[in-house]
Amino acid sequence: MRNTQSTQLLFELSSPGRRAARLPACDVPERPVEELLPAELLADQPPPLPELSEPDVVRHYTNLSTMNMSVDTNFYPLGSCTMKYNPKRNERIAAMAGLADLHPYQPEESLQGMLQLLFELQEMLVEISGLDVVSLQPAAGAQGELAALMMAAAYYRQRGEQRTKVLTPDSSHGTNPASAAMAGFDAVTVNSNGNGCVDMDDLRSKLDEQTAVFMITNPSTLGLFDQQVAEIASVVHGAGGLIYLDGANMNAILGITRPGDFGADMMHFNPHKTFSGPHGGGGPGAGPIAVRQQLAAYLPSPIVVQDGDTYRLDDDRPLSIGRVRSFFGNVGVLVRAYIYIRTHGPDGLRRVSENAVLNANYLLARVKHFLPIPHGDRCMHEFVASAAQLKTDRGVTAMDIGKRLLDFGYHTPTVYFPLTVAEAIMIEPTETESKETLDAFAETLLRVVDESPQLLHEAPHTTTISRPDEVQAARKPVLTWVAE
Amino acid sequence: MNPENLLFAKTHEWVHVEDSDGAKIATVGLSAFAIEALTDLVFVDLPEVGRAVTAGEPLGEIESVKAVSDLYSPVSGEVIEANTPLADDLEKLSEDVYGAGWLVKIKIGDEAGLADLMDYATYQKQCEEEA
Repeated sequence: MRNTQSTQLLFELSSPGRRAARLPACDVPERPVEELLPAELLADQPPPLPELSEPDVVRHYTNLSTMNMSVDTNFYPLGSCTMKYNPKRNERIAAMAGLADLHPYQPEESLQGMLQLLFELQEMLVEISGLDVVSLQPAAGAQGELAALMMAAAYYRQRGEQRTKVLTPDSSHGTNPASAAMAGFDAVTVNSNGNGCVDMDDLRSKLDEQTAVFMITNPSTLGLFDQQVAEIASVVHGAGGLIYLDGANMNAILGITRPGDFGADMMHFNPHKTFSGPHGGGGPGAGPIAVRQQLAAYLPSPIVVQDGDTYRLDDDRPLSIGRVRSFFGNVGVLVRAYIYIRTHGPDGLRRVSENAVLNANYLLARVKHFLPIPHGDRCMHEFVASAAQLKTDRGVTAMDIGKRLLDFGYHTPTVYFPLTVAEAIMIEPTETESKETLDAFAETLLRVVDESPQLLHEAPHTTTISRPDEVQAARKPVLTWVAE
Repeated sequence: MNPENLLFAKTHEWVHVEDSDGAKIATVGLSAFAIEALTDLVFVDLPEVGRAVTAGEPLGEIESVKAVSDLYSPVSGEVIEANTPLADDLEKLSEDVYGAGWLVKIKIGDEAGLADLMDYATYQKQCEEEA
């Protein structure tokens, strides 16, 4: 049964003269606005604001809020996004006045606690990455990529080398080639081999003295650890290039292996994935970057340094690419990452990854019998199933399955990514889900793939809005609401 | 045009070559297989007339509700015409793939790239392997 909750806009609910508040009488002399402002600055008529009662407003927003799916309300196996549960402890501590009520313009001596926290977070990320120096400033993973590529450009400029190319695998996140282009490089795609890993012959054929950086996501977007990574690093380093590690999938390897140990020179973290920062809503995010010593001088400024017992922001870094974000980055997210890391400790973080990988493999083993997994029987923290056969046989697509899962109270897995798998369904359960949740999801998925194609094409059947017209929304987006 | 008489690139562009005043003109489009794989198209970015293009290098972009993909030039030469009205009428691309859905016309400068193109039967085989 379809949920018929109102999706009317406040403007459509408006009724002339209705009010949510009664203001006290004005106790200062009133003067007409025409006496205060020149005529050319005055509007012809007052703005058409919606007129509503308090219950109207409360119901409107409360209803909208209940239409959200979140990891607090539903299982959310959105591959590549690591929708792990965000412990409420993070929120409680991040809201404490000593952390939340600071202002970045306060004198440094009154910010010592926060600076110590940020310094320690830098040090912890150094240890987790196996690299040498960290900047917490970038406001998102993609901005971390951009900052690191700008650093690579500065590094080669300083060395007098002309390098114009950045190589990315065909399974990479779209942000990788986009960041390369934004940083002024030509993005060149490297093909995958039959196992979904980097095709070494193709890499060798595209690698030359023009190559600045090879960007690799490892584990990859197929949920596979590319075991050639040390060889890749040695080939790229041999050609004078740098390795960038897209840290989107760090949730699979915490405390087990380190990017610096398998050859990466630069990387970003996604604290909202790996370290349980809140997702979505367009931010605020954070994308700390870690680099080897030879690149440290180019890191965005400032970084937090320790002088004896005190901490300060170091801005005296002449080779730095400069600021990429105001103040110290999105500190609220960094505080949550710090709390998460401190709560778990080294052994706890390792168990996080072990359980993330175990959960994904358990689900893979249950799903593979009715949805093929093109890249094998084992995975890291996520796996990619394919509905290609189902589409050929019965006309049912990955999108149909994803939409139908909403009717059973599951968020849709990532679909149609990575692009190298036809009708891809990318499932990432994360470490925080129980066996019961995974079993229930697998059983639902099994039931859904057997349902009638017609039922699936028209799903979801229970949400307020079923299938928005994505094509028209993309071709002719209506971005402003105008009164009729 | 009958697809069986066209040449195809690995990257799914189709090519029709004809002689015109001693020059070879290639009409280039995107194959039915590729258009179906992309699903609903929302945006196409074509090169400007006069731009020099190289076989195997990006020529423009096509965006669907699923993904943004590069269009690759199957030949080397100069763009002499772009089917710009397509941008407002993307249905044409799927309705008349090998006719009104053409993307660009290129005056072939260097014929080297032509040898790498496939005939229809070979291309069909590639598609079957990819599907």
